[in-house]
Amino acid sequence: MSNSSAVSSTSIWTGGRSPFNVSYGKLMMWIFLLSDAFTFSSLLVGYGAIRFSYAGSTTPWPDPATVFNHFPFAHGLHLPLLFVSLMTLILIISSVTMVLAVEAGHRNSKSEVSKYMFLTILGGAAFLGCQAWEWSQFIHEGGRLDSNLFGFTDAAHEHAKHLKLFDPVHWTEADKISGPVPFASLFFIVTGFHGFHVLSGVVINIIIWINVMRGTYERRGHYEMVEKVGLYWHFVDLVWVFVFTFYYLI
Amino acid sequence: MSTAIITDTHTADHHGHHEHHEPSFIRKYVFSTDHKMISKQFLITGIIMGCLGMGMSLLFRLQLAWPDQSFPFLETLLGKWAKDGKLDPNYYMALVTIHGTIMVFYVLTAGLSGTFSNLLIPLQVGARDMASPFMNMLSYWFFFMSSCVLMSSFLVETGPASSGWTVYPPLSALSKAMPGSGLGTTLWLVAIILFIVSSLLGGINYITTVLNMRTQGMSMNRLPLTIWAFLLTAILGLLSFPVLLGAGLLLIFDRSFGTSFYLSDIHLNGVGALTNSGGSPVLYQHLFWFLGHPEVYIILMPALGISSEVISTNARKPIFGYTAMVISLIGISFLSFIVWGHHMFITGMNPFLGTMFMYVTLIIAVPSAVKTFNYLATLWKGNIRFTPAMMFAIGLVSLFISGGLTGIYLGNAALDIQLHDSYFVVAHFHLVMGSASIFGMFAGIYHWFPKMFGKMMNKTLGSLHFWLTFVSAYLVFFPMHFMGLAGVPRRYYQFSLIPEFGIWMDVNILITVAAILGGLAQLLFIYNFFNSIFRGQKATQNPWLSNTLEWSTPVKHIHGNWEGDIPTVYRGPHEYSRPDRELDYFPQYEKGDGEPEHYHAPSTQVDTAFEGKKEKASAVFFSSFAALFMKKA
Repeated sequence: MSNSSAVSSTSIWTGGRSPFNVSYGKLMMWIFLLSDAFTFSSLLVGYGAIRFSYAGSTTPWPDPATVFNHFPFAHGLHLPLLFVSLMTLILIISSVTMVLAVEAGHRNSKSEVSKYMFLTILGGAAFLGCQAWEWSQFIHEGGRLDSNLFGFTDAAHEHAKHLKLFDPVHWTEADKISGPVPFASLFFIVTGFHGFHVLSGVVINIIIWINVMRGTYERRGHYEMVEKVGLYWHFVDLVWVFVFTFYYLI
Repeated sequence: MSTAIITDTHTADHHGHHEHHEPSFIRKYVFSTDHKMISKQFLITGIIMGCLGMGMSLLFRLQLAWPDQSFPFLETLLGKWAKDGKLDPNYYMALVTIHGTIMVFYVLTAGLSGTFSNLLIPLQVGARDMASPFMNMLSYWFFFMSSCVLMSSFLVETGPASSGWTVYPPLSALSKAMPGSGLGTTLWLVAIILFIVSSLLGGINYITTVLNMRTQGMSMNRLPLTIWAFLLTAILGLLSFPVLLGAGLLLIFDRSFGTSFYLSDIHLNGVGALTNSGGSPVLYQHLFWFLGHPEVYIILMPALGISSEVISTNARKPIFGYTAMVISLIGISFLSFIVWGHHMFITGMNPFLGTMFMYVTLIIAVPSAVKTFNYLATLWKGNIRFTPAMMFAIGLVSLFISGGLTGIYLGNAALDIQLHDSYFVVAHFHLVMGSASIFGMFAGIYHWFPKMFGKMMNKTLGSLHFWLTFVSAYLVFFPMHFMGLAGVPRRYYQFSLIPEFGIWMDVNILITVAAILGGLAQLLFIYNFFNSIFRGQKATQNPWLSNTLEWSTPVKHIHGNWEGDIPTVYRGPHEYSRPDRELDYFPQYEKGDGEPEHYHAPSTQVDTAFEGKKEKASAVFFSSFAALFMKKA
């Protein structure tokens, strides 16, 4: 090209280089995440379709705020969605530590990368622990893949409407009737599929963390692997925001 | 970011080529990471699966033509599934199901796209190998495992999945609905999930290689149309297969863990048969066809890309309307994602929604017609060489027209109510998607056989194979239109007991005889294929006098594809019969007089300028972000 200052936008597509200025590995991660986004979308769209089919039904969709109102060590108090909000916060913070790890990688600071990777792993593990507690609580109260005891009676519904924060909750067994089964099974599928992603993310992070500690990337001269797992981790975080919004908030 | 962007990953370890050790047998032929070997593995697995799928179709065609006849050999072959030489009805359904699954996924998706994307993407864009050769190897072995799991369902007591290749619930969701709904369907689902993993690993690789690893001067508008087709196919697969994964996951839970995503109150003789409630089988159909319709183009587009190259090369003319061809491929890809509802017109869908699906479906006729007319215009006044590949490519155009026209009928919601699930549908998709794509695959095999195996295929046998296949394809599928218009439904086991359909018995016999003829013709191909590998005439480096980069590589495969540097590209792929040239072709890699050494400015300079800017921006972003959380400084 005669005019070297005119590095036109088309010249990056003429071959011999990466048009997005990324290595093939990072591009692959982006493409994989795009694909994975469609997997989650299919589950969320399925959730939406089933939930909408309950509009105006005699067995209405349970209110997530009434179902998920427990908190460890605060037994019997009405704390709607507080625990799941804490989980969300933990996951978002782990995303922040991941950003910091990537940033430290740019400065080739091994000790800081390893510190922030460790914090990220800790955050992921904490999220998984919280999810385990929430699942066991849900199962304990009668949520199963093939049945759901969160169909509250009209009276119970009326009672739930007037509950305030920290109000004691006293459901009796008579308040609970069988509700829409897909509510429970979708809970397990959607959060389970996401939890599976978090679990894989934690495992991958541990592997990368070990490599960081052993100085693999220091010798390589760059911490791009940390960046790639970082992309995955942020994606898992982003998906949770959607799960949280669609399953819990709406 | 300070990392170097290396597009030519193999250059570094490639210079001392003559010092390379010969890889061990296992590394070379079994767990190979070389894209050319993986492509051969895909092809041969695809051919074996194709023979099995075709064999199954012949078995159930026998049943349709001579329903009351006893064929003792069937009992020898199938044992309890063909007592007294008569096919069991459940087994008939199983054969139809597995025939569809094998042909759609294993032959025309993996066998076609897997073979030619692997072979041609690195060779035609000018790369040493795929972006990730290891993932490429995994892709093949997942496909292989998937094939084994699918075929193992024939060894199961209750037989393979039998609810059609679409495995609609409730037949597929209730494990006691029919024999094949048991373990057979579970194995089908496992096989498909393995297949999706394989397709994902392959697709990520294809896209990345095309985007990132093109050689100097290979801009997007100089890509051969094959590569455009493979790129868009990979994008379609990447975005639609995950939805089938979601659908399959929910189906597995419905089958095995008591959920009811696809099941609602099911009653048998007035008694509730199940405790399930709240789901909807239509949800499965939506999720399935969100894959299912792009899948049609995942099958067809590589065949269209192959035929574009073959037709242009063998007509010795530039392809007519290169840009129009690319835009129509992109148009088809986009539209394929928003038309899935036309498979579901009779599910009780809101007629308004059906109308929308109908409109977008009919719009697909536009890019399809652009492609068809461009093929014809390329052939027009061409200096045509009737190689077997060329004949199959022209055959594709013929089948694409005759099958595509009926798509306009079926896309019409009002007509579809009559034609749905009839033999008209069978005729339509076997012509436009089945036969046309198989023809594209054959065109590709005949055309690139010299590149794959370094030998030439026998031309006479190839021509014979073409004519027999072409005639039998039309004889098999064309009469089905008339049966379908008369209301003959698909997937029926026996028509002789239904008086209205009895008049079609002779036609059924004609179809079966033609199918057997077509099957025998494939034996010619199998013989030609394997005989040529071992005893074929040795190929020259550029036997078709073609322009594209793959013909600049040595006949004998080497790791890294090119002995020296990767050639630079100077022009588009279709410069045939240029008036200013003595030869009637002008390879992409040949520097013409007065052409600049490099197509664009030295890329290092561009890279550093670009990198520096990015570094700065990201540094500002990260430091401000970090400052928010650590108030240390």
